[in-house]
Amino acid sequence: MLHKLYDWIDERLDITPIWRDIADHEVPEHVNPAHHFSAFVYCFGGLTFFVTVIQILSGMFLTMYYVPDIVNAWESVKYLQTQVAHGQIVRGMHHWGASVVIVMIFLHTLRVFFQGAYKKPRELNWVVGVLLFFVMLGLGFTGYLLPWDNKAFFATQVGLEIAESVPYIGGDLKTLLAGDPEIVGAKTLARFFAIHVFFLPAALFALMGAHFIMIRRQGISGPL
Amino acid sequence: MTDKKNQVSRRQFLNYTLTGVGGFMGAALVAPMVGFAVDPLLKGEKDTDFVYVMDENEITNEPQRKTFKVDQVDGWYESQVDRTAWVFRDENGEILALSPVCTHLGCTVDWNSREEFSNEFFCPCHDGRYDKNGVNIADTPPTEPLHAYEYKVEDGKLYLGKAKSRKEA
Ligand code: HEM
Ligand code: FES
Repeated sequence: MLHKLYDWIDERLDITPIWRDIADHEVPEHVNPAHHFSAFVYCFGGLTFFVTVIQILSGMFLTMYYVPDIVNAWESVKYLQTQVAHGQIVRGMHHWGASVVIVMIFLHTLRVFFQGAYKKPRELNWVVGVLLFFVMLGLGFTGYLLPWDNKAFFATQVGLEIAESVPYIGGDLKTLLAGDPEIVGAKTLARFFAIHVFFLPAALFALMGAHFIMIRRQGISGPL
Repeated sequence: MTDKKNQVSRRQFLNYTLTGVGGFMGAALVAPMVGFAVDPLLKGEKDTDFVYVMDENEITNEPQRKTFKVDQVDGWYESQVDRTAWVFRDENGEILALSPVCTHLGCTVDWNSREEFSNEFFCPCHDGRYDKNGVNIADTPPTEPLHAYEYKVEDGKLYLGKAKSRKEA
């Protein structure tokens, strides 16, 4: 049945070559943990992607109950965690995933660094990777404020002070982030929410696209 | 190509006009959104009202912790928020009202809270220290003195305004 459906579509749209370009390629022996167990270090990139997918999915579902408003944000998180079916799990996935994704991206970066995989011709992909890392830190920073509890509030306060300490543009940078020169409040939460669920994910998708296209073009780096 | 009059070819003409029109449309599309996003920079800082805090004759040489309420307008959300000041007279008899916000990374400092640092403001976050006048002590994390509130005294009453940096003062 599914096969027929596929053939029906393929006959009209010739999707097999597209599918083959994306997914059908050999895994070289030196990156396959079944051959050399030490090749597990090649998994960290994929694991980063996997956890990122978890973040995106769990985050999308969190927005069904979460409201970015200083009066209700905390209550909405409390409600979704304690009253909504599986709320504890969905929030837990997003909460712990946010830390795990940083660990994975870090391990992946270590592998690329110590294998020298960033060298010519892959310099640009290193640059994209660093940008991905910054976007990820930005997601962590903006997401952390959203529950609007004391920890969130003061962590953001400190984060904004760090931004303010940048020479010359620090003051404007802080105002731009917080939405106000002095207050960390209603406008800050609304902004952080917008940045967290729209702006940074958009940047994340664009960069991940570039990252993966480059990998397909250049292939995985050779054995040491 | 090397015509006497450097004529613009049909292709060049189309390239220029289409890029120009396209660029203009792009800019017209993006400009409102940029303004929208940077509005907090365009609004600038608001003036704060002076608020009554204490009577002048209650001010001592020892810093006293005073809290007071100010009206705060945060976009569409209006509220009263607590402010804290350490108020005292310095050696010259001048009134000083210091903000408790650490100039390192914004934790809250306390007066005379550590035995080993008596008569100092101390920040528990990274052991930041300030002398009695709120001047940061060298080799501790803070980079500038505690901010001081603008103040005025009317009819023997102390009013505080905005806490300002004293770096240039
Ligand atoms: C790699 C991507 C992401 C990272 C690292 C990340 C990180 C975080 C962090 C650290 C929190 C605070 C969680 C807590 O304190 O329990 C948070 C909250 C939140 N995030 Fe994300 N996030 C990501 C992607 C997304 C996406 C794509 C969406 C929505 C489309 C989203 C929606 C939310 C919402 C609604 C909250 C508030 C609910 C809560 O605090 O439990 N996130 N995020
Ligand atoms: S915040 Fe006060 S010493 Fe760092």
